[in-house]
Amino acid sequence: MVEQDPDYNGLDEQQSYILRLFVTGASPNSSRAISNLKQICETYLKDNYELEIIDVYQQPMIAEREQIIALPMLLKVFPSPVRRLMGDLSDTEKVLIGLGLKKY
Amino acid sequence: MSKAKEQKMNEKYPTLPKTPTGITGLDEITGGGIPKGRPTLVCGDAGCGKTLMSLEFIIRGAIDFGEPGVFMAFEEKTDELAMNVASLGFDLDKLQEEKKIKLDHVHIDRSEIEETGEYDLEGLFIRLNYAIDSIGAKRVVLDTLENLFSGLSNEAVLRAELRRLFHWLKDKGVTAIITGERGEGKLTRQGLEEYVSDCVILLDHRVINQISTRRLRIVKYRGSVHGTNEYPFLIDEEGISVLPVTSLKLEKPVSSERIRSGIPALDKMLDGRGFFKGSSILVSGTAGTGKTSIAAYFANQTCSEGNKCIYFAFEESPNQIIRNMHSIGVNLQQYVDEGLLKFFASRPTLYGLEMHLVAMYKTIKKFKPQAVVLDPITNLITVGSVSEVKSMLIRLIDFLQEEQITVMFTALTLNTIISDQTDEGVSSLVDAWLLVRDIEYNGERNRGMYIMKSRGMKHSNQVREFVITDKGLDLVEVYLGPDGVLTGSAREAQILHEQTGEVLRDYAYNRKDREISRKRKVLEAKISSLQTEFESIEEELNKVSQEEELVKQVTDKTRAEITQRRGEKG
Repeated sequence: MVEQDPDYNGLDEQQSYILRLFVTGASPNSSRAISNLKQICETYLKDNYELEIIDVYQQPMIAEREQIIALPMLLKVFPSPVRRLMGDLSDTEKVLIGLGLKKY
Repeated sequence: MSKAKEQKMNEKYPTLPKTPTGITGLDEITGGGIPKGRPTLVCGDAGCGKTLMSLEFIIRGAIDFGEPGVFMAFEEKTDELAMNVASLGFDLDKLQEEKKIKLDHVHIDRSEIEETGEYDLEGLFIRLNYAIDSIGAKRVVLDTLENLFSGLSNEAVLRAELRRLFHWLKDKGVTAIITGERGEGKLTRQGLEEYVSDCVILLDHRVINQISTRRLRIVKYRGSVHGTNEYPFLIDEEGISVLPVTSLKLEKPVSSERIRSGIPALDKMLDGRGFFKGSSILVSGTAGTGKTSIAAYFANQTCSEGNKCIYFAFEESPNQIIRNMHSIGVNLQQYVDEGLLKFFASRPTLYGLEMHLVAMYKTIKKFKPQAVVLDPITNLITVGSVSEVKSMLIRLIDFLQEEQITVMFTALTLNTIISDQTDEGVSSLVDAWLLVRDIEYNGERNRGMYIMKSRGMKHSNQVREFVITDKGLDLVEVYLGPDGVLTGSAREAQILHEQTGEVLRDYAYNRKDREISRKRKVLEAKISSLQTEFESIEEELNKVSQEEELVKQVTDKTRAEITQRRGEKG
């Protein structure tokens, strides 16, 4: 369980988002993904998220465990359902849908 | 001139290095295996054996060639794969523990994925690289890579990344097999063949006349000579076996050694010594002429000499044959028990012709017999056309001759067409051809046998009567009389008739002899009586003349006395 953020005052969510971003070093796609994600999180999930950025180059065994194929990939661990967001996260609309922050 | 020189130079260059797959037969077709350090594409429809073939490549590599392998499955889960090959006797879990094989299941779930921008497949590369390095793999299989296309929608990226992947595999120096589902008008659905250009193997699973046959063809193989035909292959409890059955050369070893047929009288017809070892013998005849019996005798003879024999039965079950042969005094069961005789019974419709051939080939390779019986080949026609059966038998004969195995086929000829050229057209292929025929005459049916041909030996041109009794088979000389060829009871009757005649003749001779001697005696008696008669007449005649003489003497004497007396008076 993840501890509740004391500052959280959201309406529907009691717990914070758990996100993992898998990147490949400092490749252009990865850098873009990181900056895009940070921006989205700051805008829509302010202080209500835990983000872990993992460099798959550094931990190659994680690739098999996490079923990684395309990179960069953002894995939404919580809340369910688990979603995998491939790409540099430049399509904000789709990212929001993927994170469940916006309906179609 | 210069061209020839160039060619000679080329020969000195090292040829394309190859990695043996370890799959029976495939290495023979490809001349040693698939290109080493390069990707090979294996494509085909669903259920044609792509996954099994690639998995066997990995397993054989790990077990037989000491080359660890990575199997990346995009379709099946690793435990499913392990279960699939467990039936072939491979323990994938153990191999994984020993670090000889690494299985990795790539799971792509479209519903979990959202594409949010630019991406590449670097994750797959990292994953594969890690898997390869962790066990030092030399072989890699990517089973149905095309599944990526169903999970990810950005085709442009995928294509670029696949191209990069194949280059990367080459750089990595691993021998790879990529499998792909066959697409319409293309070898693979996504046109993978344009990335893999070195070696493409196409698998096919066709159903013709309700009988399915798996086939394999090498579509291309750069820098190497390879078999271009479609080769049937078999998936059985030992994995995949491909059969390169068509040998192009006619360079078979020959033997002048003889092998006996089991019927002494038949051996006698064949130069007194039987068939050549490693030759092919065809026994053809109409129904019920004893073809199976001849074949069983041959098998029996082979086994009694301590040699091994396989009996391929397409009509009767082994037990049926053993029982039936018991009735003519052949005990095949003992050889089955001793392990010298092996029955291999299958319905012709069990599988296609090619599969029959593969199955036979495998059985023969394993059992290594000295003689093989196929009874009857005519039944194979139900699963193929005449030309197909012929081509199959050509290949079988080819193979058997190479192995120096004597083969006896039996073939049924139909009553209506008593032609010398039926027999599935194999009559020109075989070395010896025995024909058993019905001779219907005088209200009964008998069997006549003759040797149509027997290459390389002096053989009898006589028709013999073929007799089956509860003691066994024998050949009897037929009776050639003024009424033609007589067989069976007609022959017996004729023999009897002749014997009677002889007795009568003897009797007649005797009577004549006696009469003559009697006549002689009568004649002799007559002669002696005539002689006596003659003597008596002669005596009579003599008596008369003596009397006359006496009278004359007396007269003369008297006259003289008178004359004397007159003179005294005078």
